Amino acid sequence: MNIHEYQAKTLFEQYGVPVPQGAAAKSADEFAPALDSLPEGPTMVKSQIHAGGRGKGTFTNGYKGGVKFCPSKAEALAVAGEMLDNTLVTIQTGPAGRKVQTVYFTVASDIKKEYYLAVLLDRSTSWPVIVASTEGGVEIEKVAEETPEKITKVFVDPAYGLADYQVRELIFALELNKVEAKNAAKLIRNLYNCFWETDAAMIEVNPLITTPDDNVLALDAKVSFDSNALFRHPEIVALRDLNEEDPKEIEASKYDLAYIALDGNIACLVNGAGLAMSTMDIIKHYGGNPANFLDVGGGATKEKVIAAFKIILGDANVKGIFVNIFGGIMDCNVIAEGIVDAVKEVGLELPLVVRLEGNNVAAGKKTLADSGLPIVSGESMADAAQKIVKLV
Amino acid sequence: MVQGITGAFGGKHAGLSIDYGTQVVAGVTPGKGGQIFEHGDVKVSIFNTVAEAAAATGASVSAIFVPPPFAADAILECVDAEIDLAVAITEGIPVKDMVRVKRAMEGRKTRLVGPNCPGLVTPGTGPDSTGGCRIGIAPGYIHKPGHVGVVSRSGTLTYEAVYQLTVKNIGQSTCVGIGGDPVNGTDHLDVIKLFNEDPETHGIILIGEIGGNAEVEAARWIKDNCTKPVAGFIAGATAPPGRRMGHAGAIVGGAEDTAEAKIKVFRECGIEVAETPSDMADALLRSAKTKGVELS
Repeated sequence: MNIHEYQAKTLFEQYGVPVPQGAAAKSADEFAPALDSLPEGPTMVKSQIHAGGRGKGTFTNGYKGGVKFCPSKAEALAVAGEMLDNTLVTIQTGPAGRKVQTVYFTVASDIKKEYYLAVLLDRSTSWPVIVASTEGGVEIEKVAEETPEKITKVFVDPAYGLADYQVRELIFALELNKVEAKNAAKLIRNLYNCFWETDAAMIEVNPLITTPDDNVLALDAKVSFDSNALFRHPEIVALRDLNEEDPKEIEASKYDLAYIALDGNIACLVNGAGLAMSTMDIIKHYGGNPANFLDVGGGATKEKVIAAFKIILGDANVKGIFVNIFGGIMDCNVIAEGIVDAVKEVGLELPLVVRLEGNNVAAGKKTLADSGLPIVSGESMADAAQKIVKLV
Repeated sequence: MVQGITGAFGGKHAGLSIDYGTQVVAGVTPGKGGQIFEHGDVKVSIFNTVAEAAAATGASVSAIFVPPPFAADAILECVDAEIDLAVAITEGIPVKDMVRVKRAMEGRKTRLVGPNCPGLVTPGTGPDSTGGCRIGIAPGYIHKPGHVGVVSRSGTLTYEAVYQLTVKNIGQSTCVGIGGDPVNGTDHLDVIKLFNEDPETHGIILIGEIGGNAEVEAARWIKDNCTKPVAGFIAGATAPPGRRMGHAGAIVGGAEDTAEAKIKVFRECGIEVAETPSDMADALLRSAKTKGVELS
């Protein structure tokens, strides 16, 4: 689960990670009170969407820049009006962009130097890792590729937590002066605590900055959480912004379906995440384009199949449907009945190819054949994929 | 033993495992010690703790069906009771819990398979491969006893591979689902090493996904150490970066964990790559033919 920058910075403040003073506004009426809470002077205006590349983004109305420096609060007020309720397109949003529903004002900090700092899980050790670099404010992937020696990683033993010598290692790598080092050490410790205690999946601060008076601040904040751990963090769940999620994905989650919208035209309905991923792959392999990832899970009921059909048909781009079920324990006939009921209920007019295999498959195939519906049967995954690609 | 045998999910699969021929000798549900789990004519005693169950019955393996908030604790209980093998079926365990469990298991006797996995099957010689051992939730009847080892992160893809083999009249020695989570107990390489040492395993299917570098490590080890025919498949070539595709582990974050990068390493390491998921058994047959191995 992702949260907005302004929410992440509130969380940072709770954990003692210094950030520039700021205030968020969700409507034009809130601009003035938000700005009143900040001192007069240079102010940043930042569009709040769950996507990166905001600074270089363009609004669909032609306005350039989702993050703006303003010399005064008066100008910040005008700029915020350009951003709010308009749609921002960045390299990460796709062409549709995201509607800006919150604007965040912050004091524009004097920057001495920019750094990079992140905490995440290292999969090869299964330990948390802190990543730091003297190269901040740029794409860290580029730094890793071109100058890997400028990236320092510290692996934190989950049994003992972050050790003092490890914090020193990071401080030395960042080449900080004495006062900066003292401030940064505290910030790193607190940021790690924030990561660990909130069950974060990743915290990225890019840039982390030093100021002329040797303060260290998190200028940006990107935080995501482990969705498996949300049951024990109601305070994090409260930060969820449904405006940032695909309505079809929200609908799917109500039925415990894992659905992700993609930009192709062949909808998929599959049981099992691995099989669902490879169903997308095999469509592509035969020259088609998957419209979605959809895993109905192991205990797919008739109701779930009907809900899944409604969700995939909600995508106007869909020109055909591929159902791929390997019913190991699950009864193929239950799935077949679900498909028939769903098709009757939604009045399907698109080509539908079904590949059923596994438990009670003969009965399942008979149910499909006896339904009188124009359902095309696929023998293997490859056969079915070729059929749906051809039909679409 | 089955931890969580009194739950609907655990109870159902305990029954299916008994039907398959697995020796299910104990159940564990805290607070229900002394009760009996009945399946047909089979009666299984339920205990309050793993240690009690192991001491009373000699059970050396546990299948864990405990809900996510309590599953990490259930694994640790197995470790403390020095159970040989814990197979965690549970899906949705917090990553931090698994980070701590994995750390606590270092240097201890217990091996963990999973979590978020279908478990393992060694097919038997009875009808529909009954008489074998099934720990977890895999469909037993699709198997056939034989000499191919299958290791995969995904449940349904494992079944797909097994079924392709069985239809071609090629049997399996053991099939292991290691689970789709980013932090798991046993990885591809651990299972590949066991298959390599196992005289009953003559060929291997390695099924991976995008995310992490476990498949790449296994492939490099195979290149240097394994002479048996190996076929590989990587799911998720079309998954967009940064999106979680059902499995928490299947998410592309860096450069080396894409399907393209993994497939390239597979080829460099002499693994026959399945072009599509329908091609897994055939890919293994191609590899076997090249190496002059007759599979059965």
